Amino acid sequence: MSGASEKAIPDVYVVADNIISPLGKTSADNFSALKAGETAVKQHSNAAIANQPIFASLFDKDEDFYQDPNKKYTRFERLLIASVDGALQDGGITIGNEETVLILSSTKGNIGLLETEDKTPELNDRISLSTSAKLIAAHFGFKNQPVIISNACISGVLAIITGMRLLRTGQYENAVIVGADVISKFIVSGFQSFQALSKEVCKPFDQSRDGLNLGEGAGTVILSTRKEYDQNIKVLGGSVSNDANHISGPSRTGEELAFAINNALKDAGKQAADIGFISAHGTATVFNDEMEANAITIAGLQNVPLNSLKGNYGHTLGAAGLIESIISIQSLKQGVVLPTYGYQANGVTNAVNVCSSNTEVNADNFIKTASGFGGCNAAVIFGR
Amino acid sequence: MNTDKYITGSCTISNGVVCKNEQMVFENPGANLPDFLLSVYQGFKFSYPKFYKMDNLSKLGWLNAEVLLNDTFVKGKYKPEETGLILANTNSSLDNDLKYYNTISDIPSPSVFVYTLPNIVIGEICIRNNFKGEHAFFIQDKFDAEFIYSQVNYLLERDILQACICGWVDVLGEDYKAALFLIEKNNAGAHVAFSPDNMNRIFNTIN
Repeated sequence: MSGASEKAIPDVYVVADNIISPLGKTSADNFSALKAGETAVKQHSNAAIANQPIFASLFDKDEDFYQDPNKKYTRFERLLIASVDGALQDGGITIGNEETVLILSSTKGNIGLLETEDKTPELNDRISLSTSAKLIAAHFGFKNQPVIISNACISGVLAIITGMRLLRTGQYENAVIVGADVISKFIVSGFQSFQALSKEVCKPFDQSRDGLNLGEGAGTVILSTRKEYDQNIKVLGGSVSNDANHISGPSRTGEELAFAINNALKDAGKQAADIGFISAHGTATVFNDEMEANAITIAGLQNVPLNSLKGNYGHTLGAAGLIESIISIQSLKQGVVLPTYGYQANGVTNAVNVCSSNTEVNADNFIKTASGFGGCNAAVIFGR
Repeated sequence: MNTDKYITGSCTISNGVVCKNEQMVFENPGANLPDFLLSVYQGFKFSYPKFYKMDNLSKLGWLNAEVLLNDTFVKGKYKPEETGLILANTNSSLDNDLKYYNTISDIPSPSVFVYTLPNIVIGEICIRNNFKGEHAFFIQDKFDAEFIYSQVNYLLERDILQACICGWVDVLGEDYKAALFLIEKNNAGAHVAFSPDNMNRIFNTIN
């Protein structure tokens, strides 16, 4: 080790952020709504996305997100544009330079076009996440090739980790990280086929939890290594692991998510005792929450205040990791961990410290976790 | 502090031909993709019943990883969490998405739906080999060796991984192409240096 002669790894600061959800169009509006105990999950009867009524968090049908007179952008892309635009208004980085990269996170992007458009080779190109990324990059004037991540339900957290790493190596100075998904019949029918959807508003970690709700939304986080932001919250570390167990069911033990949590702590130079609260994945499926509680216990974090926002937003797929990180950044700033909507009584073998009301904390750091199909797990740590 | 890193193995599958370390090891030109994939599986006498339930993207990636690792990768050399995967393609899981879409109006199939995510191929390779390390699936316009190199380099340089399988696995209809590289730090033999140029050179042999 020749630490002194090595170039210092730069700190990665959170410059600005935005959430577009049915609860609001700024991070502040979203945080206020959650703090007031609101949920966007309600029953929807819409034959275009489901044959029976479902509980989900969906935008109004006539919500446009962005005025698009030339009809150039799909609904998914208008949502991305609105969120990036919101974050750029919030923070002062310039994007038309070599130092800034756009990172896009989504699980299914434009897949809903299969349900409304003629099946042609051109449609295949139009559905592609590359097409969306190019359009968004051109819209805002990004110079560099965008980075696109599609890694199931950890996509948003993985996008933040990827952005942090691209900045740490000095490859870029700023990263604009945006994640979004919109809900289509394609997605709803798939989760229904797995019998994964709750028949009511979902109840993360609760003893009567019976599945998840799907949700629509977008989140954007702008990261930078520029020293002028050195008073801001930092992305301190992150890690990804795989269960190597089952493609559609979580680990039996939670050891692999625990490994990601421990490695994220190591990457951040922190210990379990430094973590003030946990923003869990908490989908409210029986198996996810059980596994996650096991992992949190193995990592020595079982007494740390924890929440899941799936009862407020549903599972927003490729946006979830971003939206939940942004809300938690607000929690860190304001010293309030938000309640887990729908939670009443412990329903996991290794009880974790689920917040059921606004909980004041004196926290310097928090950890955000996520897990998904393909056996993927991710953890990222933010702090002062 | 650049540690030396090597491409200790490569495997490409394209146009009915399987190459390992740039040498042809199997060919079955003219077969359609499902038949071709099955012929590779049978030709190498693989025995892994889960293969049959996979979609074409996972079959292609799984077969490529099997041929890549066979006789090259020493099982047990690394801890499960020390091996990872960085993969990319251009068509995500669209090949299987189109198949799943056709089941929606009838009875949506969970066993087809689960493959509507590109990272499932990573999961299949991890399950097969008990790999539990870092992984990511990126969507790229075309094979971006520089970007993949930078991601893998980060993970190996910081000892987050000791070995990484990286590269390209793409399927849409009858168009398919896969090129995977095994990257390790040990130079136990005459291996190719890990660099974007060397990845591009091998990738371009199948263009």
